[in-house]
Amino acid sequence: MGLMQRFTTIVKAKASKALDKAEDPRETLDYSYEKQLEMLQKVRRGVADVATSKKRLELQSTKLEQSVTKLDGQARTAIGQGREDLARVALERKKGIQLQLQSLDQQREQLQGEQDKLVAAEQKLTAKVEAFRSQKETIKAQYTAAEAQVKIGEAVTGVSEEMADVGLAVERAQNKTETMRARAGAIDELIDTGALTDITDGRDSIDRELEQLTVSSGVDDELAALKRELGPGSPPQGEIGTGEAAKEKE
Amino acid sequence: MIVRILGVGQFRLDEVHHAAANAVDERVQAAYDAEDEAAFHAAVEELAALIQRDGTPLPVEEFVGSDAVVPGPDTTLEEAHQLLSPEGLIPG
Repeated sequence: MGLMQRFTTIVKAKASKALDKAEDPRETLDYSYEKQLEMLQKVRRGVADVATSKKRLELQSTKLEQSVTKLDGQARTAIGQGREDLARVALERKKGIQLQLQSLDQQREQLQGEQDKLVAAEQKLTAKVEAFRSQKETIKAQYTAAEAQVKIGEAVTGVSEEMADVGLAVERAQNKTETMRARAGAIDELIDTGALTDITDGRDSIDRELEQLTVSSGVDDELAALKRELGPGSPPQGEIGTGEAAKEKE
Repeated sequence: MIVRILGVGQFRLDEVHHAAANAVDERVQAAYDAEDEAAFHAAVEELAALIQRDGTPLPVEEFVGSDAVVPGPDTTLEEAHQLLSPEGLIPG
């Protein structure tokens, strides 16, 4: 005995639960048809949900890729300023983000796979539902009540199983998107707290240090230029300061 | 007999191939019991491939219940657990 028997039992149970037998077997046909249309809606919503989640992952990837470019630039600037320590920090962050990017890529691929499956399920179910719709009218018109009962039993059993199958595919896609959503939320949080260097903020600790370096070296340059301009022998009065302070010194 | 591969569809399978499918199914069960993800993956994939190769797909306008249902070719151990757990019985 293998796993097949257990799967069969589970799916049959799901299929029979999906089916609510009416008094008049002809009503069962209509009821089942309504259920099929509902299931089609459900599959279509599933496809849309997966597409939305995929889009979110793509937006995050773009953001992270921008961070990588930025950190790369920062590392170069830091090396130019002789600050290997800062460059190392930038490169370490870059590596961390690149790892996140790889995992986002894998998740995106998984979601794409689910989306493809759901789209295929939707197409198959659409064809099934259409075939069922035309058959149910034939059954209703051509068979006596007793004959119809048998025919309807078969058709409805078949289609209920189909719906249980599609329902499982939708459930599976939903589980996957929920997991992805949780992960995407965690990455958003990391971006928000600046742990991944939020590029929308535009400034991070590396930026600030580099800026300070630029500022202080700029001040040094200007100071040197001023000294050259005013000459080394300038009297103390020439210094910037209040007259009072200068007088007191004298 | 008629076999449904979850997520794929229904196939008509003759007795000889049914026996072959049962043999692979036993390996699916063994891998499931051993919690061996790689072996489970290989076995469900083989089972689905065998049914698709040796069976005849049921036409869209045919509505019949299946005699057997097998997991889809990319079913993970975790998904199988979920499906076969008592909560798996509640229709989604």
